[in-house]
Amino acid sequence: MKFLVCISKAPDTTTKIAFIDNNTKFNNDKVVFIVNPYDEWYALVRALELKEKLGGSVTVINVGAADTDAIIRKALAIGADDAVRIDAEPVDAMFVAKQIAEYVKANPYDIVLCGKETIDYNGSEVGGMIAGLLDWGYVSLASSLELNGTVATLNREIAGGHETVEASIPFVLSAAKGMAEARIPNMRGIMAARTKPVAVVAASANENHTSILSYELPKEKTGVKLISPDNVGELISLLHNEAKVI
Amino acid sequence: MPVLVFSESANGVFKKSNFEAVSYGARVAALLNTEAVVVDFEGLSDEVLKTLGDYGATKVYRVSNDLLKNFDAGLYAKVLNDVAQKLNCTTVVFSFNYSGKAIAPVLAAKMNAGFVAGAIDLPGMDGSSMKIRKNVFSGKAIALYAIHSQNKIIALTPNTVAPVKTENKCSIENLEVAINNTDNKVKVKEVVKASGKITLSDADVVVSAGRGLKGPENWGMVEEMATILGAATACSRPVADIHWRPHEEHVGQTGLTVRPNLYIALGISGAIQHLAGVNGSKVIVVVNKDPEAPFFKAADYGIVGDVFEVVPKLNEAFKKFKAGA
Repeated sequence: MKFLVCISKAPDTTTKIAFIDNNTKFNNDKVVFIVNPYDEWYALVRALELKEKLGGSVTVINVGAADTDAIIRKALAIGADDAVRIDAEPVDAMFVAKQIAEYVKANPYDIVLCGKETIDYNGSEVGGMIAGLLDWGYVSLASSLELNGTVATLNREIAGGHETVEASIPFVLSAAKGMAEARIPNMRGIMAARTKPVAVVAASANENHTSILSYELPKEKTGVKLISPDNVGELISLLHNEAKVI
Repeated sequence: MPVLVFSESANGVFKKSNFEAVSYGARVAALLNTEAVVVDFEGLSDEVLKTLGDYGATKVYRVSNDLLKNFDAGLYAKVLNDVAQKLNCTTVVFSFNYSGKAIAPVLAAKMNAGFVAGAIDLPGMDGSSMKIRKNVFSGKAIALYAIHSQNKIIALTPNTVAPVKTENKCSIENLEVAINNTDNKVKVKEVVKASGKITLSDADVVVSAGRGLKGPENWGMVEEMATILGAATACSRPVADIHWRPHEEHVGQTGLTVRPNLYIALGISGAIQHLAGVNGSKVIVVVNKDPEAPFFKAADYGIVGDVFEVVPKLNEAFKKFKAGA
């Protein structure tokens, strides 16, 4: 089984979000970038577990400039066999999906795995777009993946519960919590990652359909109104009369 | 070129998020000097579908096919693409819920459309471009997007743009779309839904608790508060990780994102990862014995006190309020 795991670079969760150039650009300065957690913890680790059980290979793919090499090495240290970097700034989700879909058309894989969303743009888009572009099946928000030959059984989250679905390879999934447990790379993995192949592929020409014109920070909370624990009735009256939520 | 809205019910009943999407579609259509039409894949009755007219839809197209009885994002996107072509629609609106998140990106690829996933307000027009705001960085910032392409898809974040009732009436029409068995690539085998419980992702009020509760045996008072308020229950990540509560209840960066009108956090310190999942809530109430808990900075109302003393008092007061209301 050939697994392709899409990984994205994202600012560490605790990053202080700020913007520059008249609020048109994210301020990268001193930001620590990580592998997007959903891509790493869930999609990559589950692909590795299945490879270890059933054989095959796990390739990670990233659309990004040379500065994403650090997160690619991290994915290799966790256990991916090799990596592909499509050399382009990821301008929007459709651009990224088209790059990956075109790569997959030329280099076939059985299952493409993405995280359920990136923690920076929170769109939940790339996986579905790849499926649409390739005309493959798509399982969103998958919380488990088992393989029996070429047929996969997955659980996926739905409103108020979950459902079990079946898909034949090839297909695309987006991975959510429950799919796997995070792995911490060991020293051997980190050493091995240095010599694993990373193919740098030129991007195909694709225009972007969306762009970000500017950013703003949400309105700050005006400050918490503290209520004495001996006077909880006041909270109820504030929620009813002031906030009007009960 | 009407605006097309994808409609979905929960067992034949429309949720607020569905009316929001229809109303949003109607308001986008007004900006484009056109009308909003809705597509239904569930074969719902005229009586039920007519309620969508109240929110500004002029027409509802009902597509009935056995293959649509089970959800398959790829199949739904394929059929929607066919419907959009038939009706000459270039703008499609979804709710950014489970189904919207699954179908809209596949459709965006099929329509080669610019897609804003998670809009939080109405678009502004700039020539043929649309400008729309959406949350980014897990709610820590807002970005203004422009869609340049001719085809456009917008998925509206639930509980951000209130639905507007109109005097409008809609007509209902059956629409034939050819569907092949081979279009259905993902097959649903079993659906498991918690019955009777309020769904966390679309609850107006959420009562959430964390490690401050000290053990799963103490959740009775949390559930009691949820029952009194008609709320869903949620929890913090550590509590789900040590199996005090089911994983479905975990809200935060790696769990579920919720945007209720009222979020009540009991004994949760408010780590940044937890806040990322709840910072879209309209009003946040925090009860914690530690006055330094970071959650108080994100809260609208706070009580510094022991949850074991405060929560029973709150439950009594909520009960009295509900009895009088």
